[in-house]
Amino acid sequence: MGLITGQTQSEERRAVVSAPVVPAGEVAAPMPTAPVGLSRLSPLRWQLTLSALTAVAVLVLLICLQFGAERIDLAEEIRVVGLAVREGQAGIESAGATGVILMQVRLPRVLLAFMVGGCLAAVGVGLQALLRNPLADPYVLGISSGAALGAGLAILFGLTGTVLAFSALPLCAMAGGLLSVLVVYRIATAYGYLPIHTLLLAGVILNAVFSALVMFVTSIMEPNRSFGMMSWLMGTLTAPDYPAMLVLAGYLMVGLFVLFRQAASLNLLTLGEESARSLGVDVETVKKTVFFTSALLTGAVVSVSGMIGFVGMVIPHAMRLLTGADHRLLLPASALVGGLYLMAADTIARTLLAPTEIPVGVVTALAGGPFFIYLLTSRKGRLA
Amino acid sequence: MKETTEVHAYSVDGLRFSYGHPGGSRSVNGWVLDGLTFDVRPGEIVGVLGPNGSGKSSLLKILAKVLRPQEGSVRLFGRELLGMPQHDVARAVALVPQESQIAFPFSITEMVLMGRFPHHRRNIGLSGLGWEGPEDIRVAEAAMRETDVLHLAHRSITDVSGGERQRAIIARALTQEPKVLLLDEPTAFLDLHHQLDICSILRRLNQERGLTVILVSHDLNLASQYCDRLLLLDRGRTVRLGFPEEVMTPEVLEEVYRCRVLVDRHPQSGLPRVTLPGRPMTEA
Repeated sequence: MGLITGQTQSEERRAVVSAPVVPAGEVAAPMPTAPVGLSRLSPLRWQLTLSALTAVAVLVLLICLQFGAERIDLAEEIRVVGLAVREGQAGIESAGATGVILMQVRLPRVLLAFMVGGCLAAVGVGLQALLRNPLADPYVLGISSGAALGAGLAILFGLTGTVLAFSALPLCAMAGGLLSVLVVYRIATAYGYLPIHTLLLAGVILNAVFSALVMFVTSIMEPNRSFGMMSWLMGTLTAPDYPAMLVLAGYLMVGLFVLFRQAASLNLLTLGEESARSLGVDVETVKKTVFFTSALLTGAVVSVSGMIGFVGMVIPHAMRLLTGADHRLLLPASALVGGLYLMAADTIARTLLAPTEIPVGVVTALAGGPFFIYLLTSRKGRLA
Repeated sequence: MKETTEVHAYSVDGLRFSYGHPGGSRSVNGWVLDGLTFDVRPGEIVGVLGPNGSGKSSLLKILAKVLRPQEGSVRLFGRELLGMPQHDVARAVALVPQESQIAFPFSITEMVLMGRFPHHRRNIGLSGLGWEGPEDIRVAEAAMRETDVLHLAHRSITDVSGGERQRAIIARALTQEPKVLLLDEPTAFLDLHHQLDICSILRRLNQERGLTVILVSHDLNLASQYCDRLLLLDRGRTVRLGFPEEVMTPEVLEEVYRCRVLVDRHPQSGLPRVTLPGRPMTEA
């Protein structure tokens, strides 16, 4: 029921938003038919949708900054942020405790939530298109648990030190994510090409094996480390300092851009590999690019956030109802909404039982789980 | 027929293909296609017939470079198919697959416009966006009008009937502006009216633009009526290649399909018409 309304709304929305792009004169023949120009993704609708979502994301960011152990008035918040932007460190100090709380405690955390959520959703979009399965995400394929295993081993052996501003933990996580992609890819290409169903099965099995290994690693840690590991596994955002955050942001941006460049090809890949190939897509290259980019993005994200489930699955699905299936819009729109979803979820996680923090993975799972079941049982969720 | 120096649309020579491990033993699965050799002239309509599992669909996929044969060569307008980039193939050859399972709610228009991908993929450039231009939209709209799906332009491909989806996919193939159209059971999901429509569209494009058509069909009568030549396959080998009158004889069909058939003449065209035997009562 809700589904039907949702779709009608999105169709109306498309029609309304894209109406001015094709002048009536361009649509030939006065036939009683729907003009083609109205029912496709147009540059104008692309711009409008993304501008609107960016505006909403900024708004959510400002609201999330308000909440924490103590609530900060919105006007005060904007004044302090403005001060910090204009005068930097001096501005923060002149704002006193509020300045420190806002700019050095909450803002990094909220920005990190935005980046993590955005990446998980974008990776989810890419993997769903690749697997032609609306239920795929980094977890189903075992990428996240591979990354978690890498990170777990780094914690177990107490690895520290940095390589190119990256500390050992994210590097191990990325290595783990890459490892699971390589293993999945290896299993699935045993027959010379990459059949999607084999790949999905390989991912599920690998996920089980890596999860077991993560539990094993956790069980042999010293108790104080294993507690940290557990809460990390449940999904907890730990914000690094600003320079490290900047490096992370740059790295994620590059990955997202690589993913985004495949958007038009991803559209065709959802038709199936054979159809995509017959329409001129270099299928193997696109698949490799999307897989390895996804692995590296997921590894980086898991290392700063642990295991946060459902964002990569739920957000792309919901956005598809809202924006249509064209990946040129779906991918950036999902990234924005994934980011703002995790900002909101993390704000709930850190304020609901303050000063105790709930792992944000618990919040996203509690919100996402029922939606997942709804998808499984609804017509839209059927496996491709 | 005429001794030609013209370039064939397709020259297939000694084609062998099997699914399975490239390094592994092929004898386990056996050859799906076992030594096919034939030519298709530009502007011809060729029907590929044969029982289930005779390799018809695999043949079409090889002709579209979706599958790679293990042995033999395929030349497309004189160029070695396997040496051509996939997007070059896609500008010359469009494939309408037998089944299209589409999991995501693209609108029919978006679906049809995907046929422009091999043409505008160069515009995609650094940004990855590559918006469709007025020319792309004009071609798509013409194709949609031709296949009678223009009124469905805004509908989601996941919500329309099987026949409507099939017509949309034929529209997508026409939007590729191909020189060769490959169709796998194009009329399987269509009602009589739209079967006839699709056949006459194919015939018209064939006559007006010289479109070469290769279609796989189980419908022997349709193939007989609309195809210039027929290629009859059985277990990956050519049984007959020739005009409908040469291929559609009771002896040949009974040997290949292993059942009794009646062949008479179509009342209008005089071409062979195949009927299954009636109930014993009428024979008595």
